[in-house]
Amino acid sequence: MSGLEFLLAGTLAAALPLLLAALGEMVVEKTGLLNLGLEGMMAIGAAIAFICVYHTGSHLLGFVAAALISTLVALLFAVLVIGVKANEVAAGLAIGVLGLGLSALFGKSYESLTIKGLPKIDIPGLSDIPLLGQTVFTQDIVVWLSIVGTVALWWVLNRTKLGLIIAAVGENADAARSIGYPVVLIRLSAVSFGGAMCGLAGAYASTVYTPLWADGMIAGRGWIALALVVFGTWQTGRVAFGALLFGILSLGELTAQAMGVGLPSQVLSSLPYLVTILMLVVISRRRSDLI
Amino acid sequence: MSQPALLRLAKVSKRYGSVQANHEIDLEVHSGSIHAVLGENGAGKSTLMKLIYGVEQPDAGKIHWNGQEVHFARPSDAQSLGIGMVFQHFSLFETLSVVQNVSLMVPGKPAELAQKITDLGDQFGLSVDPHAMVHRLSVGERQRVEIIRCLLLNPKLLILDEPTSVLPPQSVRRLFETLRKLQADGMAILFISHKLDEIRELCETASVLRGGEVTGRVDPREHDARSLAQLMIGREMPNVAHAAPRPPGEERLRLNALSHPRASRFGTTLEDIDLKLRSGEIVGIAGISGNGQQELAALISGETRAQEPGMIEIMGKKVGQLGPMARRKLGFAFVPEERLGRGAVPEMSLADNSLLTAHSRSMLSRGFIRRSVERAFTRECIDAFDVRTPGPDAEAGAMSGGNLQKFILGREIMLSPDLMLVSQPTWGVDIGAATAIRRRLLDMRDQGCAILVISEEMDELFEMCSKLHVLHKGQLSAALDAADTTPQEIGRYMIGAVT
Repeated sequence: MSGLEFLLAGTLAAALPLLLAALGEMVVEKTGLLNLGLEGMMAIGAAIAFICVYHTGSHLLGFVAAALISTLVALLFAVLVIGVKANEVAAGLAIGVLGLGLSALFGKSYESLTIKGLPKIDIPGLSDIPLLGQTVFTQDIVVWLSIVGTVALWWVLNRTKLGLIIAAVGENADAARSIGYPVVLIRLSAVSFGGAMCGLAGAYASTVYTPLWADGMIAGRGWIALALVVFGTWQTGRVAFGALLFGILSLGELTAQAMGVGLPSQVLSSLPYLVTILMLVVISRRRSDLI
Repeated sequence: MSQPALLRLAKVSKRYGSVQANHEIDLEVHSGSIHAVLGENGAGKSTLMKLIYGVEQPDAGKIHWNGQEVHFARPSDAQSLGIGMVFQHFSLFETLSVVQNVSLMVPGKPAELAQKITDLGDQFGLSVDPHAMVHRLSVGERQRVEIIRCLLLNPKLLILDEPTSVLPPQSVRRLFETLRKLQADGMAILFISHKLDEIRELCETASVLRGGEVTGRVDPREHDARSLAQLMIGREMPNVAHAAPRPPGEERLRLNALSHPRASRFGTTLEDIDLKLRSGEIVGIAGISGNGQQELAALISGETRAQEPGMIEIMGKKVGQLGPMARRKLGFAFVPEERLGRGAVPEMSLADNSLLTAHSRSMLSRGFIRRSVERAFTRECIDAFDVRTPGPDAEAGAMSGGNLQKFILGREIMLSPDLMLVSQPTWGVDIGAATAIRRRLLDMRDQGCAILVISEEMDELFEMCSKLHVLHKGQLSAALDAADTTPQEIGRYMIGAVT
């Protein structure tokens, strides 16, 4: 497989955990909350999914279990922030740490074990295209479903009343309450959605993308997803584009080898993180110009 | 009237902690009538409306709708029976369009709603572009959107909470015409206000609220403003006649073609502002808030630096690029419009808030705070300006708006400034305190202080000022002699009909 083929084939899968987590967080932030616990929610989802698939062999069960457990953690955040009015930043960081800890605890006895990934599915017709057919258009079922889901999410946020309500709650919660919308319920749902998406993102990372358990395998992807929401200026399409871009970057070393760049591998692996910092600086500069 | 009242409250009470916000309130509203609820800030008007609209639930008492007892657990319960409410602080979403805002409350396809908005606009004089983004609309237009949004739900009772407080006089006229048309259509209207003249002009019945209780039910048309005010505040209105100003002295503040680009998308660019202020005079700047008032106040106080030093002169010195402290050293004092956050720090005690601007009054010694001096100063301010508070250790954020304003104004006056800028001096302040604040400012003038007042309240400006300017879209009108102009003329400047 040539470097280019490798990139074309791998980008979507590498981008998927980032995409799912970022889209979930985007919805949370659109309702006016900020959950910083993405990393932890992804980690606990990844651990639970791996354990589930290891014992049952069912990826579907793994994804469902991961979504549930991460939703539970997210609901803990909601209880702290909406229920007892705890500080958002502190609560988000706390559940993030909790998620990471739980994932290490549950995953302890599964360290370095492997499971089977998911088969690739060809799209009839498209798969026959030279070069692209056997790379871009040969992906596992989760990738295909996520693409459909991303479009659906865009449609809900931009074309339906529910999207309007989410935007309204985020802009002015008091006003939304005064015209009779259940702000708490809407935010609770958004936080749950964000949690579930992080769970799915973690599950994909541990059971499909690299079907092997290693503690700390989320490796900062939660933080990158958080930055992607800002990078994408809270718009579905831009967030998805950002996720793809980082998908390419996170293929780091391999990408560079493919391009023939001779940098030390440590520099290359740190590329996504460096670019995240750079991106946030650029965006905050641009935003302060606008305001 | 033979038919039962559309809405009837019987002995409705509500308590928040130790505060009895509403006590055994009785109220009746009939279809086809405009009923006023009159009261000062803190009299319990807002609480009462929240109870009627289902935002809060009463502790005791009953609410009847068309003779049936009802319970509103949430606003949608009240809405479904036909109660609509236009809020004082608009509940619109600025980043959405008019149609989107309406569709959040009214079922229907956007295209149909847009047509309905236009139709209703023509019928009741509420014209507004359905596809405009709300943040681009004027205050008057926003209020129209709120009213249209309510009307599309076909309410039988429309509640308006202080609807005129944000409108220029011309828009008030227009609003009243709309309300009369709705009344003729058989709608019941509950009109909440503390402006006596408006109530006398518009309403047939009024319930007067004081300290959470109904103190009177009157036909406002049969009472003059003075006796209504007496019902409202429970005592004689203080006398508002003032001595004529003496001829003004030397120049204390001068703005020379002051221009400043806006700092944000939602800000206002100031263009070519000229102004002169001399000792012993009060000059007023009228205009609807959001036309550059905050920007101008920040430039004069030094919070924002002007682009050139000569654009602002205080006591004859070019101060355009000096900071607030340097300007205060020249004898300048400032009472900002935001009491919490700019005028005072909410979490700090009154004594520490005194320190913020009065530290030069021997409150510091070798870098340490002299608490006894700080407390004595604060105590003196509390006594001299009738601030109702437990003492210097009370938190600023826990005080009512009127009391805090008296404290902030007192603190600045005790610095014996030669030049004062006072922004929205009586916003959210009750009549008693507002009268006291205005009297203090006039006393300062008589002692030779030069005072610039930025205010939305026309009556207040006419009462105090000898010259008036109007700020509209970042441009300041020429000075108008208060004795030669009228509120109508000022109103035309305020909406940009003349410049």
